[in-house]
Amino acid sequence: MRTVMTGNYASAYGAKLARAEVIAAYPITPQTSIVEKLADLVATGELRAEFIPVESEHSAMAACIAAQTAGARTYTATSSHGLTLMHEVLMWASGARLPIVMTNVSRAMAPPWSVWVDHMDSVAQRDTGWMQFFCQSNQEVLDTIIMAYKVCESRGVMLPAMIIEDAFILSHTSEPVDMPEQELVDSFLPAYAPEIKLEVGKPMGFGSLVKPDQYMEFRYKTALAMKEAHDRILRVEKEFRNIFGRDHGGLLEEYRCDDADVVLAAAGSVAATAKDVVDAFRAKGSRVGLARIRAFRPFPHEEVRALAAKVDGLAVLDRSYTFGAGGAMFTEVKASVYSGPKRPVVKNYIAGLGGRDITPKILGLIFEDILIVTRRGEADEVEWVDVAGLPRRWR
Amino acid sequence: MTKSYEELPLTPISNTPSTMNITGLWRVIRPVVDVSKCKKCTICWKFCPDAAIRLEDGVPIVELRYCKGCGICANECPAKCIVMVKEVGE
Repeated sequence: MRTVMTGNYASAYGAKLARAEVIAAYPITPQTSIVEKLADLVATGELRAEFIPVESEHSAMAACIAAQTAGARTYTATSSHGLTLMHEVLMWASGARLPIVMTNVSRAMAPPWSVWVDHMDSVAQRDTGWMQFFCQSNQEVLDTIIMAYKVCESRGVMLPAMIIEDAFILSHTSEPVDMPEQELVDSFLPAYAPEIKLEVGKPMGFGSLVKPDQYMEFRYKTALAMKEAHDRILRVEKEFRNIFGRDHGGLLEEYRCDDADVVLAAAGSVAATAKDVVDAFRAKGSRVGLARIRAFRPFPHEEVRALAAKVDGLAVLDRSYTFGAGGAMFTEVKASVYSGPKRPVVKNYIAGLGGRDITPKILGLIFEDILIVTRRGEADEVEWVDVAGLPRRWR
Repeated sequence: MTKSYEELPLTPISNTPSTMNITGLWRVIRPVVDVSKCKKCTICWKFCPDAAIRLEDGVPIVELRYCKGCGICANECPAKCIVMVKEVGE
């Protein structure tokens, strides 16, 4: 059924179609309407699930961990300070190998206080052992939630996943969304059936103490699982396309990259704007392309290396900054490229922090800049885009 | 002996409760209860952060296998019937 909905409703309906059995959440701007909608669906009986209102995000994740350990499919949603408050238990979820799915509406961290889009909250969780999917449309939000459960729950993976919506740009903007039929989703995603779960008649302790002689082996298993997730994501998406007739481009979505001289790599909703800019440049005869980093964890190292082998210049746009280092997408891209057969010019552009618009004009200037530095054969490492007081004008 | 990663479950699972871990060994002071002064208010039992106090007929029995000697019970006791005594000797 084709309908019109916000990214937040796409999240809520994604969780409903995936038949989440336990939902525990705490409201935070701009995630609130996800939880409101789910509470509504549970209250009216449209969704048969336990809805647990909690007193903090730490408790929300703790409740999901407990319910998932007992064999339930769980869902939660948060944003920004809520996500960072969860940090400790995020690591518990992945270490305990619980395939929890969560939406994070990516929002800036304070101070300065801000409720607008910025990826620092999500990027700061990159080492927690969660898969991370950055979305560019509301359709992708809904579809990725359904796909994520299948990837997460598959044998050989058993890890949690975070579906990332850009604050307001996706969360509160209505777009056409195709709501798949429940029967089709059921045929794609079977009920959650873990091999081991907590049972009343069979008490067990999960995630108990191990000594230094055994800790590394457990960590290695998680590393293997994340590696396995890479292939599983591709396989599940192929299956999804066969049933629902659409996909979202795997871990690294390439747009007009095949004969490109330079490519912009970016994550989230800005990629959709950048595709229009690519078309405009192509119309003028400039060979540029866009690579959308859809999965940040597992990171598509092989895909980036293959892309780098085709191009002369790579612009990497980060909507957050890792103080003392550079943009997180940039450092990953550069690390991938280093071990590849060809090392193009790579430059980092920091833009759009705290909800600052990344306009087609700004993206155009980034393409022009990467074309120039690529021709020159060298680039400054990191450039902050559209900062008042810096010499370069971006508006 | 260290097991191969392939032999291990997804996450460590134990079949014994954590009460098997005897954690009272690092105590340097211990609570001593003067039962004759106890008013059976159970405040010590409620405040013990490690559930190391059990009640028998309303009177506290300190489980020294788990008590870490924090002294909260002695501090909270309104009847002042718990005193913290230095661990000496063995």
